[in-house]
Amino acid sequence: MTQPNQPLNTAPQEPTFFRRVPIAFGAFFSILSNPKFAARVERLQQGHEVAPNLATAPVAAAPAPVKAPNHDAALQLLGLLQRDARLIDFTQEDLSSYSDADIGGAARVVHEGCCKVLREHFSIAPVRAEAEGSRLTLEVGFDARAIRLTGNVLGQAPFKGSLSHRGWRATEVRLPTLAASHDSSILAQAEVEL
Amino acid sequence: MSEAKFSIGIDLGTTHCALAFVDIAACDGEKTSHGILDIPQLTAPGAVEASPLLPSFLYLPHADELAAGDLTLPWSDQQTDAVGEFARSRGALTPIRLVSSAKSWLCHAGVDRRAAILPSEAPPEVARVSPLEATTRYLKHLRQAWDHAHPEAPFDQQDVTVTIPASFDPAAREFTLEAAQAAGYGALTLLEEPQAALYNWIQASAGGWRKDVKPGEIILVIDVGGGTSDFSLIAVLEREGTLELHRVAVGDHILLGGDNMDLTLAHVVARKLAAEGKQLDPWQMRALTYACRAAKENLLGDAALQAQPIVVPSRGSKLIGGSIKTELTQAEVQSTILEGFFPEVAADSRPVSRTRSGLTQLGLPYAQDAGVTRHLAALLGRQVSATAELAGFVGNTSADASFLHPTAVLFNGGVFKSNILAQRTLGTLNGWLAAEQAAAARMLAGADLDLAVARGAAYYGYVRRGQGVRIRGGTARAYYVAIESSMPAIPGMEPPIQALCVAPFGMEEGTEADLQSQEFGLIVGAPVHLRFFGSSTRRQDHIGTLLDFWQPDELQELGEIHATLPAEGRQPGETVQVTLRAVATETGTLALTAVATQSDEHWKVEFDVRSNG
Repeated sequence: MTQPNQPLNTAPQEPTFFRRVPIAFGAFFSILSNPKFAARVERLQQGHEVAPNLATAPVAAAPAPVKAPNHDAALQLLGLLQRDARLIDFTQEDLSSYSDADIGGAARVVHEGCCKVLREHFSIAPVRAEAEGSRLTLEVGFDARAIRLTGNVLGQAPFKGSLSHRGWRATEVRLPTLAASHDSSILAQAEVEL
Repeated sequence: MSEAKFSIGIDLGTTHCALAFVDIAACDGEKTSHGILDIPQLTAPGAVEASPLLPSFLYLPHADELAAGDLTLPWSDQQTDAVGEFARSRGALTPIRLVSSAKSWLCHAGVDRRAAILPSEAPPEVARVSPLEATTRYLKHLRQAWDHAHPEAPFDQQDVTVTIPASFDPAAREFTLEAAQAAGYGALTLLEEPQAALYNWIQASAGGWRKDVKPGEIILVIDVGGGTSDFSLIAVLEREGTLELHRVAVGDHILLGGDNMDLTLAHVVARKLAAEGKQLDPWQMRALTYACRAAKENLLGDAALQAQPIVVPSRGSKLIGGSIKTELTQAEVQSTILEGFFPEVAADSRPVSRTRSGLTQLGLPYAQDAGVTRHLAALLGRQVSATAELAGFVGNTSADASFLHPTAVLFNGGVFKSNILAQRTLGTLNGWLAAEQAAAARMLAGADLDLAVARGAAYYGYVRRGQGVRIRGGTARAYYVAIESSMPAIPGMEPPIQALCVAPFGMEEGTEADLQSQEFGLIVGAPVHLRFFGSSTRRQDHIGTLLDFWQPDELQELGEIHATLPAEGRQPGETVQVTLRAVATETGTLALTAVATQSDEHWKVEFDVRSNG
């Protein structure tokens, strides 16, 4: 999801005198050499507020700095983890009053259920196929989003290092499609036996 | 159907359905381009997921039970009930609204299969559906799923094959066809499931199967699905230098499958818990059945494991405090599954009739003997001479063989994902063979246990167009009607009946048989009922053969058949002389027609919806 462009700075700062001098000289020569710029200055002097070339420079062309989270998908996954793995039930309980054996029994339900959710709704593959501990070389232009460098991060690529974690990549996501009327904030329905 | 782009195969299972397809144009000889359709279905209220399997369950919700839009499918927002995974999971908690095992009801001659009788234990307020209608719903869901995924190739213009158990009688075949037509299917073909499994094996070998089997071999297909066990025997022949496959015999309809095994194990564990004073409610019982299935697969996969822990989660939100822990031991699995369902019996053992509380459910005629191997022994013993008159087999079988000797076994159905169960079955069979100095049978490898039937059906639709090998065989039974004997009546005794063969064994698709020797008088306006029998062993009887006497296990009584003459243009009470004509249709059903001897009129003879028994 692309967030609508939002101004990151609040009130625009007014330039100081020493900053105004080069702006004035720059404007003088720009007015002489650039007819479009001259027209904009003219509109400014006539009292119109600046509306700089909205048509030719649309806002969306700027890169979106942040993504809005997708709440529906997050709630849906939470619902699946509760349905199949009882994850919310498990985490909402106070462990202090139970023995490790009791907790272990419940953990089996949670573990098996989480495996089922991951297996059914995601295809997950390691980012790197090499065995952990093996030496590898990262060429120039490696994907820094998929690979995290740690330790003596110095010098230029190619980097040589050893693989401490293979990483995981979701190669496919298969979440259920939802009816338009679906309320995903209900993570588990209350059950009433008649 | 020359315009069909795809050959579609549908496995209409007791517990699951699947749809496979072959892209006809993209195929080259025995190398096929094929796939499985992921079937969108409700998995929770308002949530749709696609899965290769569609559980054969129909849930009939209460009007207030679900919110608007909760039953919406990608192709319809007008649904009033649910098919598939959501139906199964919701129905487990509300069984009075769940239709299950519709296929077993469809072939249950003791009930009216067009009557709204399901769910069988529903209170009067629940609007029930007929077995026929439930089957129609599953088939319709599959058609809609296809049309949603392939708008460029409408379902009713494709070449469709629907599978049925080999043991389905003519009435059940007719009902399956009727359900498919009601679901908007165009032309279709019915194929026996064990044959479909073998077609899948042929397809998977991509031509290599010719090296794996030799002329003179007998392939035994053992198909144990979720709800039924089905056996077929297929002989390998050589004719004019090419291999031919002939289905020579099929087994009886046995309502016994993997679900029975899981349920039986769950009862074993529940008894253990009850001894500790822990009672399980139906919700926990269902959770226990799932847990037992997983534990069983682990234990059967590794004989060194002593026990597997089982946790029945609490129903309330207190997961840690409320869960029940127990275990399933290797000894329990061995005694329940191996000894209970796959006992190492002798070749001459036969299924016994006794009551089993773990298996019985209201209404359906579940197998009384859970021993799959005993049912198998009975089939092989009964079919000892199945290949006696087959070219290339004459003299092959020794005269003192007490049962038919298979040389290869193809397993199908989810039960055989456990290699131990497959090995136990094969080992038992090989024990029988060794006792008669016959070579051991081998397992044909490479079966895809869950989807083989659907894939094989799609492949069959492709080979029917002239590509690749076809399994021949025709009807697997001979059919008879009962005729009252002309003996003088003896007070206090039912008049003895004779059985008249109206359709011989092995009628190939597209052939017909006219019974000229016997005329029947049909009275206008009054239906004529005839008792109807089938035999899976009497290969030698011709049309018109009249039997005065037969062994009790030679002929099985099926549902009645009846013919009614319309009254138009006749006097009520007038009698019209007719003969019977049997047609083995291209679709795979048996059609009986009453043909007037004095005119060219003819009327369909219906399979009764209810037997007199």
